[in-house]
Amino acid sequence: MEACKCGEKWQELDKIIAAHRNRPQDLIEVLHKAQELIGYLPKKVQVAIAEGLGVSLSEVYSVVSFYAHFTTKPKGKYQISICKGTACYVKGSPQILERLEKELGIKAGDSTDDGRYSLEVVRCLGACGLGPVMTVNKRAYGLMKPEKAVAVLQQYQ
Amino acid sequence: MSTVTLTIDNVQVEVEAGTTILKAAEKAGIHIPTLCYLEGINEIGACRVCVVEVEGAKTLMASCVAPVAQGMVVRTNTPRVRAARRLNVELLLSNHPMECPTCIRNLNCELQSLAQSLGIRQVRFEGRKVDYPKDTSTPALVRDPQKCILCRRCVAVCEKVQGVKAIAPLERGFDTVIAPAFQEPLYEVACVECGQCTLVCPVGALYEKDYTNEVWAALADPDKFVVVQTAPATRVSIGQEFGLPPGSINTGQMVAALRRLGFDRVFDTDFAADLTIMEEGSEFIQRLTKGGVLPLLTSCSPGWIKFIEHFYPELLPNLSTCKSPQQMFGAVAKTFYAQKAGIDPAKMVVVSIMPCTAKKFECQRPEMRDSGYQDVDYVLTTRELARMIKEAGIDFTALPEEQYDDPLGESTGAAVIFGATGGVMEAALRTAYELITGKELPSLDFYEVRGLKGIKEAVVNIDGTQVRVAVAHSLGHARQLLERVKAGEQYHFIEIMCCPGGCIGGGGQPIPTNTEIRAQRIAGIYNADKNMPVRKSHENPSIQALYREFLGHPLSEKSHHLLHTHYTPRGKY
Ligand code: SF4
Ligand code: SF4
Ligand code: SF4
Ligand code: FES
Ligand code: FES
Repeated sequence: MEACKCGEKWQELDKIIAAHRNRPQDLIEVLHKAQELIGYLPKKVQVAIAEGLGVSLSEVYSVVSFYAHFTTKPKGKYQISICKGTACYVKGSPQILERLEKELGIKAGDSTDDGRYSLEVVRCLGACGLGPVMTVNKRAYGLMKPEKAVAVLQQYQ
Repeated sequence: MSTVTLTIDNVQVEVEAGTTILKAAEKAGIHIPTLCYLEGINEIGACRVCVVEVEGAKTLMASCVAPVAQGMVVRTNTPRVRAARRLNVELLLSNHPMECPTCIRNLNCELQSLAQSLGIRQVRFEGRKVDYPKDTSTPALVRDPQKCILCRRCVAVCEKVQGVKAIAPLERGFDTVIAPAFQEPLYEVACVECGQCTLVCPVGALYEKDYTNEVWAALADPDKFVVVQTAPATRVSIGQEFGLPPGSINTGQMVAALRRLGFDRVFDTDFAADLTIMEEGSEFIQRLTKGGVLPLLTSCSPGWIKFIEHFYPELLPNLSTCKSPQQMFGAVAKTFYAQKAGIDPAKMVVVSIMPCTAKKFECQRPEMRDSGYQDVDYVLTTRELARMIKEAGIDFTALPEEQYDDPLGESTGAAVIFGATGGVMEAALRTAYELITGKELPSLDFYEVRGLKGIKEAVVNIDGTQVRVAVAHSLGHARQLLERVKAGEQYHFIEIMCCPGGCIGGGGQPIPTNTEIRAQRIAGIYNADKNMPVRKSHENPSIQALYREFLGHPLSEKSHHLLHTHYTPRGKY
């Protein structure tokens, strides 16, 4: 398993899979544990899980792609979260998301190929008064507008 | 058996407990429309086209999954039911590309005919169109997600019948798409290109890659000498495309149609099937008597070959080295026949008419160029041939019966049964028995290996040796049988066909192809066998001449070079 970013974690993963060998019904649980361990679910991790649990890769990926919680790419250096809680939503967070998706060329839940940014949608951050709210690596930015959000990203290179 | 009595549209009907309302209605003579439902394979209640009203129930019920109950009162044709069905189909149409006139499934599309039968004259909604691109990566199949209605019939067939699981529903909600993992192109994954998914797709979202333009061009080119071969199973299926009952034998009309289309020679894959029996039968005898890897696995079915290469590479030594009849034909046509007829093989184009999509993949395999050229140039499915015949304005049913050309058109009853599950085994036994014992077979019919049972077994006494044979059709059953072999069960000879029912149920056959139609085509195949004057491959005079004039004897060096091959382990991912 050379050149695997998850290197030393591979053994740990083997243990998780071994505990669920030939138990297709445990698929979601195993995916969850694997993602907690490695941070994301690259193809070869999904292949190992498919083999171990006795399911096909298409079934594994079917589940991975169904739940927004699972991701197949490593988290970017800068993790951008856009709040789509009710308050932020009505104050225009969908437009901000759309603008950033266009700017970065990725969809929410995905990361840029250069590994720099990842983009996700979150529920209410508890700062509704400042909505729409966006965070970059946990630092919050309030009263966002689409172009302002792009400007914020300029600070993170 | 406990039974339940219920009333459907005022008709009383008694059925077994646990029956669905849909089946009960069928028994009462009432037709309920369905779309996602495929009996025994896809019963997921997803499309809700089959809804009915049940007295006392608040919501409409999907009759394809709802079980009957004692005293139930069902109505299948109320204003509420009709409105709901229309609405559901309208929603499917709301983001559907309305390309019926140019669509491959025009006039044979379940969505189209539902819209008609439900009386939908306008679609009140306009939905966002799907923007996933077409997948044309394989030589055999096209996937068009824009026309997909997400019924999941293809997924169910690929998983439950074929045990391949190449495709699955991915993403969620509006973005849902049926595709291989990671939305990789089909060519990159362990799909065997059997085309069973194209048989069950109700719309034009999964279909065969069309090579009719290439063939029209070859036919129009005066420099090309175009020969055609027709697979055993096509003669009992082509008639269906022209309104004839499934299983009717139309060999002579098909030959006549091919001549009118302009093929220079009309030959028969059945000839090559007889040749296959000579080679494979001899290989079996050699492995049996001289000690070779057993059980011998047949190798006529390219979907099965791709399957074993992906999923059971450890059993490749068991696989016969014989090419499929289609490929043997191509290799012989571009060498022996080209020489004999004085034709430059570089100018020869070999076209196959096949019940199969996987053969399109097979003919492009790099191993299949032993004549010095690509042995078979183009593969057309039964469906594509029917389209060419229609395009040419030929009235198929009015055609006289014509004969194949010599010498690659002569064949036996043993060859035609290649089209049905069990046929290759039966043909091989007819020849192997006589070659080993030197005696004539008391009866040519091996009934135990015929029919639609998933796995069939028989024991045949050949000169004191109890030869154990087994036959499986569909890859799901093949998997079960191979697991038995791996667990140590002893067989001598195993026939495996990729598609349910064998080639008569192939992925390139007329739509619909279902269990009932498969049985009718099988009956046609065995009738064709019975009508043949010669029913054993080794008694085919043209095959005997081929060995005399060109190949020498079965398993000769020349045979090995032209008629045998090797395989490529492929891995699952
Ligand atoms: S799939 Fe059916 S409804 Fe859709 S364009 Fe083709 S024929 Fe028409
Ligand atoms: S061609 Fe066969 S293996 Fe490939 S997706 Fe269709 S059913 Fe599955
Ligand atoms: S490709 Fe065809 S069979 Fe498969 S889900 Fe779509 S419409 Fe149904
Ligand atoms: S809704 Fe966005 S912070 Fe509460
Ligand atoms: S046919 Fe019953 S829900 Fe689709």
